Amino acid sequence: MVDIFIQQLLNGLIVGSIYALIALGYTMVYGIMQLINFAHGEIVMIGAMVTITCINVLLDAGVQLPGPLLLLAGLAMAIPVSMLLGFTIERVAYRPLRRAPRLAPLITAIGVSIVLQQAAMLIWGRNYRPFPSILPTEVHDFFGAAITDLQIAIIILAFVLMGGLFFLIEKTRLGRAMRATSQNPDVAGLMGVNINTVISMTFVIGSALGAVAGVMVAANYDQAHAYMGFMIGLKAFTAAVLGGIGNLWGAVIGGILLGIIESLGAGYLGDLTGGFLGSHYKDIFAFVVLIAVLIFRPSGLMGERVAERA
Amino acid sequence: MNFAFMKTRHGKAITYAVLAVILALLPWMLTGGFENGKSWVRAVDFALLYIMLALGLNIVVGYAGLLDLGYIAFYAVGAYVYALLNSPHLAAILPAWLIGPNFIVMLVVAAVFAGMFGVMLGTPVLKLRGDYLAIVTLGFGEIIRIFLNNLDRPVNITNGPQGINNIDKVHFLDIDFGRPMEWLGLTFDMVHLYYYLILAFCIFIIFVTLRLQHSRIGRAWVALREDEIAANAMGINIRNVKLLAFAMGASFGGVSGALFASFQGFVSPESFVLMESIMVLCMVVLGGMGHIPGVILGAIIVSITPEILRDVINPLQEGIFGRRVVDPENLRMLIFGLAMIIIMLLRPEGLWPSKRRAREFHEHDEEAQA
Repeated sequence: MVDIFIQQLLNGLIVGSIYALIALGYTMVYGIMQLINFAHGEIVMIGAMVTITCINVLLDAGVQLPGPLLLLAGLAMAIPVSMLLGFTIERVAYRPLRRAPRLAPLITAIGVSIVLQQAAMLIWGRNYRPFPSILPTEVHDFFGAAITDLQIAIIILAFVLMGGLFFLIEKTRLGRAMRATSQNPDVAGLMGVNINTVISMTFVIGSALGAVAGVMVAANYDQAHAYMGFMIGLKAFTAAVLGGIGNLWGAVIGGILLGIIESLGAGYLGDLTGGFLGSHYKDIFAFVVLIAVLIFRPSGLMGERVAERA
Repeated sequence: MNFAFMKTRHGKAITYAVLAVILALLPWMLTGGFENGKSWVRAVDFALLYIMLALGLNIVVGYAGLLDLGYIAFYAVGAYVYALLNSPHLAAILPAWLIGPNFIVMLVVAAVFAGMFGVMLGTPVLKLRGDYLAIVTLGFGEIIRIFLNNLDRPVNITNGPQGINNIDKVHFLDIDFGRPMEWLGLTFDMVHLYYYLILAFCIFIIFVTLRLQHSRIGRAWVALREDEIAANAMGINIRNVKLLAFAMGASFGGVSGALFASFQGFVSPESFVLMESIMVLCMVVLGGMGHIPGVILGAIIVSITPEILRDVINPLQEGIFGRRVVDPENLRMLIFGLAMIIIMLLRPEGLWPSKRRAREFHEHDEEAQA
């Protein structure tokens, strides 16, 4: 009984730390531009797909490398692709509309998301792509719960990346420029901050984190497909809202919390409702949490901003 | 072309008369003019259903300015209500008088049900605007779909992913819409009969939206869209007006969904995915938000394009590559995605906007030039 609980908690933590990485991408963009980057989920998907393709190409070429190194090679390909994509999306679809009515960039964002999704389907097809089995599958015992090397690596890497991001935002020049832009872009511009560069960098950094997260998702579930971006993006967005959108700590806490809520909820929903609702309703939790947060505490757990402006 | 003559009284009458004749003859021109004319009439039937959907969404997005990304849920509600009451699926459980009721009653029930779901969605999101609203409505649409997909156990209500089959065709005024009918020496097939049925409802909905547009409610919606606080200060009850927009839009979706269910003969959750919501939004945006002729144009373009693509792209591909390289469905979505981006960048008011809307969007241009 207890070990099942710990297992669910652990699964929640793993998925949650991935959500947190993606949520950071949403929250950074939202903090600076007050825009929901709908296409972020698609960037996550493309990161996963490029990595899988890259690893498969290397394997086909007969390269003999240990699994983790192959994975790194794949990531080394996927991260720049995602960064470039993030940069291009901002440049083409969002920058011209910075002063347009709020509905306009939202609609282009949806358009970009569709284009990326369909392009991915043209390139990689409609089917699930299995993640190449190159990683060790040894299972460790953790207080009665099972955890693999991969999952340990996911948690550690996620937290290292988050730490790096916090360092970047709090301690570097670029980070200061980003914080200034999120407070007031016009004044930041007057103070000599190049707003366009800052916004571009925000998209690039968020996309890089998204690509890594995409690979984590694919490796954790052993598969990736062209539609995965939508659901994962939506959940990460929920995580960002839960924590308070625009707030980096909020995104981290919201992500982990959502992962745990989902995992525990899916595990115990069947028992709680006497078998009426089962674990196949797992995907509903994110929406229910989202709607509940927006109704009862629209600024999120740690947020400053209230979601009442149009 | 000079449209001025259309504005005169005679011009108007002539225009409407010509339009009426074209609409009345359209299915016959299609069946007479094309080899696979029946599938074209079918496509037109679907286009009409989409026009209704787009006009319903136009109330929510175009008039009231509330971006709804889960609109297809109301279509689903209408379709399932109709399907459940007109198929053998629940006949054993429900009392007999509930199964296969009068068609008009049925449509009203579907509309009321969908409207109730509209209020259900509207109530919690009253305070949200813009992108937050978009995400919550998207979530709502997905929740409805997930429930439709999973409500086959423990009690089988929706029959899960398989959906509901054997839905009765419409029986109305002693006409069985499922059977071919001879009249005036012409054979009216099912697609023809449904064409006139759906067209009638479509015209009714166009009429309602036209009358709503400049009514007290319509003006309240526009005021709400432009500035919620100012509208409130002018004595508009924001809550009621918003809920009315949601309910009204939803009930149009419900009527359209009920017609869809009876026309198609089966419903399954697959027809109500997010992409469909986005397609309907695409129709409204492409055509011109808040402008009825524009929205109708948008709906026609978006719903007919895939048919044309299918007829053009497939032979073209086979001619060039010798096989089918690109799935037309895929290509269609790609084109719509691009169209949404390009329209927003170059012509944010849509292809055929109302004059007022067009001016609003370009007031900054003039300022910039001055």
